[in-house]
Amino acid sequence: MTSFQVDEVRAGVSVIRVEGRLNMVAAPELRDVVAQAVASGRTRLVVDLSGVEFMDSSGLGALIGALKTTRQAGGDLRIASPGEQVTMVLQLSNVDRILKPYRSSDDAFTD
Amino acid sequence: MTTPSVLTPTVLTPSVLPDEARENKRLFLLRLWIVLTLLLGGNYVVWRWLASVNWSVWWISVPLVVAETYSVVDLALFGMTMWRSRRRLAAPEPLEGATVDVFITTYNEPVDLVLTTAQAAENITYPHRTWILDDGDRSELRDAAETLGVGYVTRGLEWAGKPRHAKAGNLNNALVQTTGEYILVLDADMVPEPQILHRTLGYFSDDKVALVQTPQYFNNVPRSDPLGSQAPLFYGPIQEGKDGWGAAFFCGSNAVLRREALMELGILGYVTATEKAVIGRLKDARGAVRRAMRRASDAPTRSALSDTSRAIAVALAQIANGEPIAEVTYVLQSKLTRLSSEAVSNDLAQIAADLDSLGFADHGISAEGERGELVALLSSAQLSPVHELPPVQTTVRATDVARSEEALAVLPMATISVTEDMATSMRLHANGWKSVFHNEILAEGLAPEGLDASMTQRLRWAQGTVQVMLKENPLFLRGLSWPQRLMYFSTMWSYLSGFATLVYILAPVLFLTAGVLPVTSYAAPFFLRFLPFMVANQLLFVIASRGLPTWRGQQYTMALFPLWIRACVSAAANVFAGAPLSFAVTPKSGTRTERVELRKVAWQLVAVVALVVAAIAGVVRLFVLHSEPIGTLVNIGWVVFDLVTMSVLVGAVRYRGFSGEKGSR
Repeated sequence: MTSFQVDEVRAGVSVIRVEGRLNMVAAPELRDVVAQAVASGRTRLVVDLSGVEFMDSSGLGALIGALKTTRQAGGDLRIASPGEQVTMVLQLSNVDRILKPYRSSDDAFTD
Repeated sequence: MTTPSVLTPTVLTPSVLPDEARENKRLFLLRLWIVLTLLLGGNYVVWRWLASVNWSVWWISVPLVVAETYSVVDLALFGMTMWRSRRRLAAPEPLEGATVDVFITTYNEPVDLVLTTAQAAENITYPHRTWILDDGDRSELRDAAETLGVGYVTRGLEWAGKPRHAKAGNLNNALVQTTGEYILVLDADMVPEPQILHRTLGYFSDDKVALVQTPQYFNNVPRSDPLGSQAPLFYGPIQEGKDGWGAAFFCGSNAVLRREALMELGILGYVTATEKAVIGRLKDARGAVRRAMRRASDAPTRSALSDTSRAIAVALAQIANGEPIAEVTYVLQSKLTRLSSEAVSNDLAQIAADLDSLGFADHGISAEGERGELVALLSSAQLSPVHELPPVQTTVRATDVARSEEALAVLPMATISVTEDMATSMRLHANGWKSVFHNEILAEGLAPEGLDASMTQRLRWAQGTVQVMLKENPLFLRGLSWPQRLMYFSTMWSYLSGFATLVYILAPVLFLTAGVLPVTSYAAPFFLRFLPFMVANQLLFVIASRGLPTWRGQQYTMALFPLWIRACVSAAANVFAGAPLSFAVTPKSGTRTERVELRKVAWQLVAVVALVVAAIAGVVRLFVLHSEPIGTLVNIGWVVFDLVTMSVLVGAVRYRGFSGEKGSR
């Protein structure tokens, strides 16, 4: 099972820690978690991927959907600490052309 | 649901597997015959171009020889398709433990009809989840789905005011809400057999297979198939041939798809589209800002614009440098906001200074301290004096990485055409995925029961196919092999036949009524080249179709020529000038008609009258004016062939719907 933990780390910035597989089963859940966070006014989100052992195209789709949701609410979505497999998927899919993987969730919103 | 071929005869072969040796022999003879036919065709058309065009009446001679060339190319593409047309061996054992979503797409079909399909889908023996994708958002259907225990999906709020993309949009909307590894797509009327997944899932044990398509068969069509609804040649030898070249098409229904492949398509498409859109819009914005700078009269505006221009230049350089686009656009947005607050702060400082000098001590206006929120408020995108500048607004729009014009950022099903299926499978193939055509009827549906509805459906298929040809021509699509390119192109090419038919009708009419002769010879040199080719051509169809009747299909290919022309013209107007297509959902029931719909075939009536008058005129000219007898005979024969072909429409306009006598399977 994949788990999602949302923490507000400082004013306006929340971190979503994903543990497990970010695949087709988990993608709709991430979508809901992000939608809830944005609905409660947390529009600057970091998705911490350090606990993700596997991500597929559906997981990527959920990240892009999350980027859309946050941007439309005037915020932004950042991704942080991807592991080896996740980094490879980001590269193969060219999504690294759009999203910058930050080294840690602390670095993700320095601006 | 697309039947790209317009060749649509009547009865299907039983699903038996051929024995290997006999199949090899059949294929060898077929290939021999293909080579022979194409040699004869090439010989004829070369002679036509080089030795028999009557240039003195070029205005009809050239269209005729071009039309004939079109037909020979069409035949060559058909021959290539048939070259590898053979039945696959027994389906591999199904995967174990795969998760499957069954999607039933509906828009306005009667609730009962959708529920019959949903119940049959529930009865599919392989473990799965059934979903009704209701684009009509009907509460009645929602309740019924709940009672039946199947999932129900409809468009959410995110779709408000956004393009809906018809069936492609409906499928994309469901894809983001469901989780199965494989997706069986069914049109609302396509009632599946319980073993449909067991028979098709095995092919996915090859990791690169993204699509398994099965035939579309209609069980409300009489043996005579007056509307040419069945497409056994397409859902048989043609798809098997395309399959042989690694290009079996997705036809919108009765197919299983791999979610991973679709999502990958959506992701790659998103990245490409976003990169292109952001760079393009930033360049436009840079131009707009520069033009505005030249016109700007006051210093603050000029300064704000010049800062914006610099920020755009930096952003473009960063993107060119490979920096992530979301990052670059976010920084650019922040810079614009900062520019705004600087401008607002300056304004406020000026106001404060003015008020001070006028002696208002307690005005409380300040750009600093706790009043900073005033700056923030006034420099927000809604109120900012900088954001009010149109070129700055253009720049802000350029920073959109969320595909704001669409409801969803990721669009797995292609939305470039009203036939999303063909466009999607073409992109899957271009990305290196494989497809399979499994030739066994595993779902049965309903064909339109009136000429009007049938023509609406064909118009949409033709329009969609031509749209894809013009927007994303397979001949130039990177990633496709040459055979794949030609297999897609072949289907598109066949939809151009309306123009050729028009010429084939005009030419004999002009000769018989006015003696205009587009061919310099109707003597031995003509017959020696034309007749063997024509005979070989007809026999090729007989051999290739393996006993399936192809005549009904040939008739409709010709008889519906005004429809094909209309499809090409409207699709071109849509692609090049943005004119809307008169898009209609094909009705699944209530498509019968009690009237004789002559209006629908008005152009065909004109053609028939012209042909009959021409034949009479030809006979009169033969006896009174002693015109050339062989030429007259050839052209009258030609007219008779045209008339026999178009006679299919007599049965079609008189057809009053299915009454129970079924065609055999």
